[in-house]
Amino acid sequence: MIARLTLAAVLLCAAAPPPGASSCSGCHGPAAQLPVLAGRPVADTVAAMDAFRAGTRPATVMDRIAKGFTPAETQAIAAWWAEATP
Amino acid sequence: MTALTRRAVVATGLAAPFVARAETGPGVIVVGGGFGGASVARALRRYGENMDITLVEPNETFIACPFSNLVVAGVRTIDSQQFGYKQLVADGIRVIHAAVIGVDPTRRRVTLASGESRPYDRLILSPGIDIAWGALPGYDEAASTRMPHAWKAGAQTLLLRKQLEAMPDGGTVVMSVPPNPYRCPPGPYERASLIAWYLRGAKPKSKLIVLDSKDAFSKQKLFQAGWARMYPNILKWVSQSDGGTVTGVEPATLTFRTDFESYKADVANVIPPQKAGHIAAVAGVADKTGWCPVDPITFESRLIPGIHVIGDAAIAGAMPKSAFAANAQAKVCALAVARLLVGATPDEPRLINTCYSLVAQGYGISVGAVYRPVNGLLAEVPGSAGTSPLDAPDQFRYQEAQNADAWFDRITHEAFG
Repeated sequence: MIARLTLAAVLLCAAAPPPGASSCSGCHGPAAQLPVLAGRPVADTVAAMDAFRAGTRPATVMDRIAKGFTPAETQAIAAWWAEATP
Repeated sequence: MTALTRRAVVATGLAAPFVARAETGPGVIVVGGGFGGASVARALRRYGENMDITLVEPNETFIACPFSNLVVAGVRTIDSQQFGYKQLVADGIRVIHAAVIGVDPTRRRVTLASGESRPYDRLILSPGIDIAWGALPGYDEAASTRMPHAWKAGAQTLLLRKQLEAMPDGGTVVMSVPPNPYRCPPGPYERASLIAWYLRGAKPKSKLIVLDSKDAFSKQKLFQAGWARMYPNILKWVSQSDGGTVTGVEPATLTFRTDFESYKADVANVIPPQKAGHIAAVAGVADKTGWCPVDPITFESRLIPGIHVIGDAAIAGAMPKSAFAANAQAKVCALAVARLLVGATPDEPRLINTCYSLVAQGYGISVGAVYRPVNGLLAEVPGSAGTSPLDAPDQFRYQEAQNADAWFDRITHEAFG
């Protein structure tokens, strides 16, 4: 073994992303022309996802992606991104 | 050491939280520096602050496949497809430019081409694809110098471009498409679109024949609507049912054989059968299909404990072999590995794939879905999967092409900095 594996050996980020959240940065992020999710108020992200799911907000792919998450999952993802640093 | 005793060691560590912090944390070796490998190395750095992370990749420059069809069409340079590893080094990732020639899963060590042996606690393979030379009779490495595959970006991409440029107007381009699975399911049809787009502008008397081993393909209706509108006299798609399955090629004469007839090409693009990158077989994580069965929660191999496989090489159920999927899998795998290293249980993940294709310059289409583990494989979450609408106005197609550009900038930035 190369190292003693202690609890301190791997410092897991206290706020590990909830299921689904880590995929978002494949499109959304500092180099993107899309909305930046990091630091965005929870209510804004949840409202956008609700509107995408309902088909009331124009979208190219988010109408489908939004349907892949339950309201609880969406809430968790939005909350994690709100706390993330850009 | 077996996986079970390793877990016991980890558990012991957990039970002794006052043990002094090790100088160096647990070691993870990543093999392969494409979208999956670069992304997983950087995600590991985010999830495990003092983890010892090594990326082993033979090439100093990565050449991206997404958008390389625009290089084939002559509207993008290969330079804009190239990425280096400086940011990974700056992140504190040890980057070794070497080939891995051996894996010892019992002692948990990899051997580099130099003979150097390096230990790991967890090994992550992201080797992409290898061409299955010989799987299509007549198509070996020598044949690819006359009939380029251009399915790994770089010299092959430029060779196909050069051949298209040299072809006289009125020539015939023939492309063959293999059965599933292969890297980038809609890729052959985007390439066909963009070659037709080039021919329409530069060599309008020319033809493109696409010989397909399938009757159905990704984003089919959207592609075919674009073809009917923009390339009706140039592009001809021959389905499996119409005799499109290529049974062999003759490089000397640039000929494709099917069960019914032979097609002689002026430019021949063979998209050949593929398999997981070579190291997967060396490590023993590829099964008889040539691809790697994995647990959909951790991406740990179902064949060898302690080794994870992500990206094109993995059997990911409904999730396609795409750069976006590799990047999404990388982030899920990194978190799972970080958790496994402290004896914690990874959460059941959700993964997204989004994939844009260009039917012409400024004319984009997309497919997307959310995936979750079901019965040991990744499956689409009902309602989440589908393409963009068939009847969208041109402005929508233009927006999708813009989104494709933005996506490429973003994902390469996340993977390579």
